[in-house]
Amino acid sequence: MRLYQNSLTAAKERGQLVFLEGLKSCFDVLFGEEQHVGQTNPLQFVSENGSNLKTMYEFVRTSLIASGSDSWKCPVLLVDDLSILLSLGVRPVDVLDFIHYCRVAVCSQLKGNIVVLVHSSDDSEDEENELVVNSLCHQSNLILWAEGLATGFCKDVHGQLKIIQKGSSELKAERNLLQIYQYKIQDKNVTFFARGMSAAVL
Amino acid sequence: LLGPTYGTGSILENTTLEVLDFNLLPSSLNLEDKYGIYSNLLFKYFLAEGIVCGHNLFVASAKEDPADILKELPAPLSDDALKNQVDEKETAIKSKQESQESMKIAWRYQNLPRIEVSPAASARFGHYYDVSKVVSPELLQSTKWHRFFLPEEMSLHPEIKTCNMTCGYTRLLQSIQRIIYQEGFDGSYPQKKQKNILRIGIQSLGSVLWGDDICCAHNPEDIYSLTKFLYVLRGLLRMSLSACIITMPAHLIQNKAIMERVTNLSDTVVGLESFIGSERETNPLYKDYQGLIHVHKIPQLNSLICDVSGTKDLAFRLKRKLFTIEVRETVFFHYLEPESVLFFCILIC
Repeated sequence: MRLYQNSLTAAKERGQLVFLEGLKSCFDVLFGEEQHVGQTNPLQFVSENGSNLKTMYEFVRTSLIASGSDSWKCPVLLVDDLSILLSLGVRPVDVLDFIHYCRVAVCSQLKGNIVVLVHSSDDSEDEENELVVNSLCHQSNLILWAEGLATGFCKDVHGQLKIIQKGSSELKAERNLLQIYQYKIQDKNVTFFARGMSAAVL
Repeated sequence: LLGPTYGTGSILENTTLEVLDFNLLPSSLNLEDKYGIYSNLLFKYFLAEGIVCGHNLFVASAKEDPADILKELPAPLSDDALKNQVDEKETAIKSKQESQESMKIAWRYQNLPRIEVSPAASARFGHYYDVSKVVSPELLQSTKWHRFFLPEEMSLHPEIKTCNMTCGYTRLLQSIQRIIYQEGFDGSYPQKKQKNILRIGIQSLGSVLWGDDICCAHNPEDIYSLTKFLYVLRGLLRMSLSACIITMPAHLIQNKAIMERVTNLSDTVVGLESFIGSERETNPLYKDYQGLIHVHKIPQLNSLICDVSGTKDLAFRLKRKLFTIEVRETVFFHYLEPESVLFFCILIC
């Protein structure tokens, strides 16, 4: 991560990266001074006890448009992490609506991509979260599923990554492509390898 | 020492269930045992460590006056007593570390920690405490601490602006934010001579005493209060030099979805299962212990998923002076001596 830290800062300065820090925005909403008229905080819904992500969507849209005049190609919207919105009182339907609107703006209009992070587990009892996750999986072209090993903790293999690529055409009923890798996280890097091929084993 | 985000780099090598360095883990959740006995003990360990290290404390409770909590903190162990306790185990531990055993506690015995009473204390990692004694008033007096006692706050400031959270939580957040700002833990006063750390301890969050009904209803009136609180608290911790421990009566929270969300919002989650009143109290397999420790979550740097401890079978015992956490051997090998280690506190928040 450290390797990328400097490049992200530089990207931000160049205007290539727009970063909305949720924790900080939330803090500003609750403890900051009164907002000026016309300036709405993307996390305004937290103080209003609402479930309305419209201001957050507007933030995304205006950020993309502002940079759209330059030669931005294929913008990427990264959302980390969508499950948190449910903890803040947003209803699942509103979360999905937000993503839908973003898809229209980012994918259809600007030919970009959206990457969303959610938390889930096989034995989860959080129905609202599972609803959001299932719906997102259904809509997505590519699913990256990181999890610990089923056999438990291992020093040399920190986890497993499943990559599910949806078939491009439902009409042709192409099968989804599934790949499984294992990985080990190092200080500045992550190494991926096929199952059972960790460096420690070979 | 401590940065507002991870990445301060003080990772302990070759460890998995490390002595959870509070530097890395701003928010930690301690799921209370049924009667809150042992979770309170670990809560006090966390605060006691703050005193010995010269940190500032912020103690919040809805049921017990923070001054009373502080008076009952365990006393640091004196050097001689410490040496006696630790000597017999020292050789065993050393050899285990050398052979890179599955014992993953980063407790370095090369330099036996000396308990420093002065505030300009150690950058060292952890101390020992005598549970049978309370901390001396002199040591307490030299500590700068802040209090939040909910009944007191309600009477002092009856009217406050809420942010759609349970009233008690709103007040607590405002109080923490005020202290962080006034005392400069968020870097507000760069001219301040020496940076210090704020250790926040919140007792029994989620209980009815805080005005929340998640502990007494399957479908609580406001299921978002607690998670909103934790989210905002997380923001406060990220933006300041602070660490927080929270105890929570999870066994009373019937809505499991809430507990999952709470876990996601915390850096570290540890559950305590006491044997009091259960069949394990008299079960010979558990005769040496008072309860089990379940590590639900510890963070892993540079990873989106959390780490889970490699050791699944941890038990604790409280014997005379010391509270210890041990790797419990399985039944198959129960005739072997369990490896025991001394923990000062994990529940960082």
